[in-house]
Amino acid sequence: MLEISDLRVSVGGKDILKGINLTVNAGEVHAIMGPNGSGKSTLSHVIAGREGYEVTGGSVLYGGKDLMEMEPEERAREGVFLAFQYPVEIPGVNNVYFLKAAVNAVRKHQGLDELDAIDFMKLVKEKAKAVKMDESLLKRAVNEGFSGGEKKRNEIFQMAVLEPKLAVLDETDSGLDIDALRIVAEGVNSLRNEHRSIMLVTHYQRLLNYIEPDYVHVLADGRIVKSGDRRLAEELEERGYGWVLKREVAA
Amino acid sequence: MAASTDHVEDLVGKEYEHGFVTDIEAETAPPGLSEDVVRFISAKKDEPQWMLDWRLKAYEHWLTMQEPRWAHVHHQAIDYQAISYYSAPKTKDDGPKSLDEVDPKLLETYAKLGIPLEEQKALAGVAVDAVFDSVSVATTFKDKLAQHGIVFCSMSEAIKNHPDLVQRYLGSVVPQGDNFFAALNSAVFSDGSFVYVPAGVRCPMELSTYFRINASKTGQFERTLIIVDEGAYVSYLEGCTAPMRDENQLHAAVVELVALKDAEIKYSTVQNWYPGDEEGRGGIYNFVTKRGDCRGDNSKISWTQVETGSAITWKYPSCILRGDNSVGQFYSVALTNNRQQADTGTKMIHIGKNTSSTIVSKGISAGHGQNAYRGLVKFAKGAENARNYSQCDSLLMGDKCGAHTFPYIEVSNPTAKVEHEASTSKIGEDQLFYCMQRGISEEDAVSMIVNGFCKEVMKELPMEFAVEAQKLLGISLEGAVG
Amino acid sequence: MSGQSTSVAQTPAMSASVVDHYLSEHAAVGPTLPALGVAWIDGLRREGRDAFAKLGFPTPRDEAWKYTRVAPIEKRAFRLQGELCIGFDEDDIAPFLLPTLACHRLVFVNGRYAPPLSKPGKLSPGARLMSMDRALREHADLLESHLGRHADPSANGFTALNAAFMADGACLILGARTRLEKPVHLVFLSIPQEEPVVAHPRNLVVAGEGSQAQVIESYASLGTGTYWTNVVTELVVGENATLDHYRIQEEHTRAFHVATLQAHQARDSRLRSHSVSFGAQLARNDINAQLDAEGSECVLNGLFMADGRQHVDFHTTVEHARPHGSSQEYFKGILDGRSRGVFNGRVHVHPGAQKTDAMQSNRNLLLSKDAEVDTKPELEIYADDVKCSHGATVGQLDPDMLFYLRARGIDGATARGLLTYGFAQDVIDRMPIPQVRERLSHTLLTRVPDAEHVKGMV
Repeated sequence: MLEISDLRVSVGGKDILKGINLTVNAGEVHAIMGPNGSGKSTLSHVIAGREGYEVTGGSVLYGGKDLMEMEPEERAREGVFLAFQYPVEIPGVNNVYFLKAAVNAVRKHQGLDELDAIDFMKLVKEKAKAVKMDESLLKRAVNEGFSGGEKKRNEIFQMAVLEPKLAVLDETDSGLDIDALRIVAEGVNSLRNEHRSIMLVTHYQRLLNYIEPDYVHVLADGRIVKSGDRRLAEELEERGYGWVLKREVAA
Repeated sequence: MAASTDHVEDLVGKEYEHGFVTDIEAETAPPGLSEDVVRFISAKKDEPQWMLDWRLKAYEHWLTMQEPRWAHVHHQAIDYQAISYYSAPKTKDDGPKSLDEVDPKLLETYAKLGIPLEEQKALAGVAVDAVFDSVSVATTFKDKLAQHGIVFCSMSEAIKNHPDLVQRYLGSVVPQGDNFFAALNSAVFSDGSFVYVPAGVRCPMELSTYFRINASKTGQFERTLIIVDEGAYVSYLEGCTAPMRDENQLHAAVVELVALKDAEIKYSTVQNWYPGDEEGRGGIYNFVTKRGDCRGDNSKISWTQVETGSAITWKYPSCILRGDNSVGQFYSVALTNNRQQADTGTKMIHIGKNTSSTIVSKGISAGHGQNAYRGLVKFAKGAENARNYSQCDSLLMGDKCGAHTFPYIEVSNPTAKVEHEASTSKIGEDQLFYCMQRGISEEDAVSMIVNGFCKEVMKELPMEFAVEAQKLLGISLEGAVG
Repeated sequence: MSGQSTSVAQTPAMSASVVDHYLSEHAAVGPTLPALGVAWIDGLRREGRDAFAKLGFPTPRDEAWKYTRVAPIEKRAFRLQGELCIGFDEDDIAPFLLPTLACHRLVFVNGRYAPPLSKPGKLSPGARLMSMDRALREHADLLESHLGRHADPSANGFTALNAAFMADGACLILGARTRLEKPVHLVFLSIPQEEPVVAHPRNLVVAGEGSQAQVIESYASLGTGTYWTNVVTELVVGENATLDHYRIQEEHTRAFHVATLQAHQARDSRLRSHSVSFGAQLARNDINAQLDAEGSECVLNGLFMADGRQHVDFHTTVEHARPHGSSQEYFKGILDGRSRGVFNGRVHVHPGAQKTDAMQSNRNLLLSKDAEVDTKPELEIYADDVKCSHGATVGQLDPDMLFYLRARGIDGATARGLLTYGFAQDVIDRMPIPQVRERLSHTLLTRVPDAEHVKGMV
């Protein structure tokens, strides 16, 4: 699904990612953990194609294609979904209308007919129910006036509707209380299947109590310094990031 | 001419789709303005003496006035002697009595603009007065409206057939000497629409006027007068287009609205005059005076405008809130792209008790466009418990354009409550990226964000026109991002 | 709005005679002004004189003077005060000082420096504080690149007159990285004379790179009578310097007060200006900040309160000329009696001044049925990547709040006083010097409705 080899990225001349290697297969859930400033958000932004990052080396293949060559919307239409750390407010643009435009852009790309209003509403209602999204939020402008938890839930709801192949969840757990976290996690779990890959980018181990990853990677100073299974996350929770980083230096 | 126009059309594609010229024989007055020209126009229209006197008084006043300079716009001096003040398509005699007599070329022109004048083809529920250069060429659904006692006709007809109403109300909202352009209009106005809705009647259809400038080197000076009697209601809309020419043409209209007790007028404008080319050559100078008088208690006047065209726009649709409990509203979207300039806004003059007004202005600047909101909210001494809420937002696209806000708030009554808010922002890269991450193209994302930005205004437009206006915004912004 | 620009006949006869009055005063006083013969100073005065001869006093046809008629100033032939008034001591001026504030104090009487009343104290090395008279005579070289370089003598008739008669005032010059521990307090006192007199104080503060200072200007009257203060202050805030400036105007209600504050800001500099206008029958305050380099910040904070037939006008202009500048303006007005308040706040973002962050708020409270307010917040923006907003409100005290207080047993009048006090408080809270806050809160308390009872409650 996703093959990242020796990816190097800089921002304004400063190296942020210094050679990332990571392979994510269909159906796998990978957690990318690391302290603040380690390059986690850069990695998710680069996968989604955000401007302002310079790829100085390495490659990212997505389904065998060079992801870095694609425009952001092309990536989205090919099934790459980024749940934003800070979902953006778009005043005056209705949530459902926004999503309909997105769904039909993806369908058109796949050679499918556009959904009409009735079919689309059916889909939306069904998905909203699945991720416990309050229907009243659908009628409002995109993220406008949403609470932090509502915004994050809206991201998961959009993910449910768009059914991506690769979902990158950027700090989706940050700023959520336990109840909101649980709902978001349930939403993500309900979207887990053998065709879909998920990357959880997070600072806190807490999220992994609710979404069980297949693999855990520790990102520090632009490199993956340690990989393991979910027990690695537990160990991190107990001993802090200092533990891995120190070992890394010693090694 | 036709061939070269086609060529230009091909070159600029969708940028301005109403830029064609109708090749029709016209009777055009020689350029220049003098008392004789005023007499000529009046004679041409076979007007009564009182109308000629009224025009001459305006002309005399105009001679003493100077062009206003305070607006935030720049243009070369206008040579008022180089403009022709009258141009009308030639007809067999006085003018067509029915649609069958209208020159097919004219019908074709309006059809091409999406305004079929044949009633069977027309939009259901919309009556149209079509004004071509200086004259009204057709008015649809007159008979149907007459059944309700509603008068909907050209101004020239009204002067002939309803002199009492015209004499009573013409100039009662915008006096002849109100300002430079209003005085000019009062002297030389050639046609326009007239509406009278009798007491208690709710006008069953939308009334609209479609203005078309065709002839070159002419100015268009139409005059619109709408009187809505006690307890009556009308929704009126106007649209405007002009051919693409590399000269600047002057459009100086006056619109007067009178709402008597418990009456309501909803006035909507979709203004798409030719804006000039990318370098700022050509385009219409749109210098317009629009004012509504809420003369009776509980009356309401609502202005909605979508201004995408014109090289320069100078207009301030205003409300005089004279009657107690009267309501004034102003909803505006003004877009300036390329070298367009707009200085537009409103005046809300609160005189009566418990009067309230709402101003929502959305300015969009792209390219080298300059967009200014200028507004006055005034509370006179006796305006007890009056309220105003104003919101002026600007959206900037590109670093060569400008957005400006000049609100004047004058309060002479302590029970007044005024809130004014303004903000300026650019189309956020965050917003664009978010949309694109969901698979929406950049162009669609921009148009989605712009329409979202304008939504509060768009929802005030009658349905058919809202769709049209949204499309227009998209077309006007083409090439603004990238 | 000037939609109906019907022409108003001017009265050239009157204007001409008034202009002549000041020109002949200038001819008489000119030869006695300090630093005569220094070419650039002579030039500056001449520029002021010529500008005034050309401009005269502003009229309501000038957009910047649309709501403020200066005819009451224009119709009186104010004379320059010849000799310094003497015969009073520190006790007389005590009410106008900030007694608990340790500061460097210069006192001016009718525009002239009064050494016996002043206590400049010992300054940090690198700082010079002196009267403008002395600065002109002895240190003209230090002034040359700043004085009159920022406040344009031709801006209007008032700045022109000030430049023409420039003689005294205060001058503070801070060398690089000089930090003044104690604030500088400039006290301008006016003693009305039998005939109306005018003073044209001229102040200059130059804050060198990385320096830091606090400057307070106070204006007050000793006695009652008609006089006119026409002051110009230039603030030159150097790279990475920090300047806190206060203007506290508490002149008598027969006084006229016209003041221009012109600030020029270099890279990464910070200016915080606090203005309070309580007094004068006509007070006009122009506050202009030129953010001329990247990363400069300015805060303009202000409060005006008027009663009776007072007229108070604040005009602010923030010129964002370079990227990454930020400005915040907070102005509140409280109008009672038959007073009239005017606020005009202009924010101008120049081409290329990207990432400008400008915020402006003007809130006005009308306490009586005859009070009036005109407000005009303007935004003029020629760059796209900016965040600009302004808000203006006019209203009365919130009836719900009034009711709430009354429902708790507080008398209606007292409730109004309390809420008025609360309305103004945040402007005062924004001022860092506690003694200034205390002083202003105290003055405010004497001026709100039902002051006696309110005092006991806060």
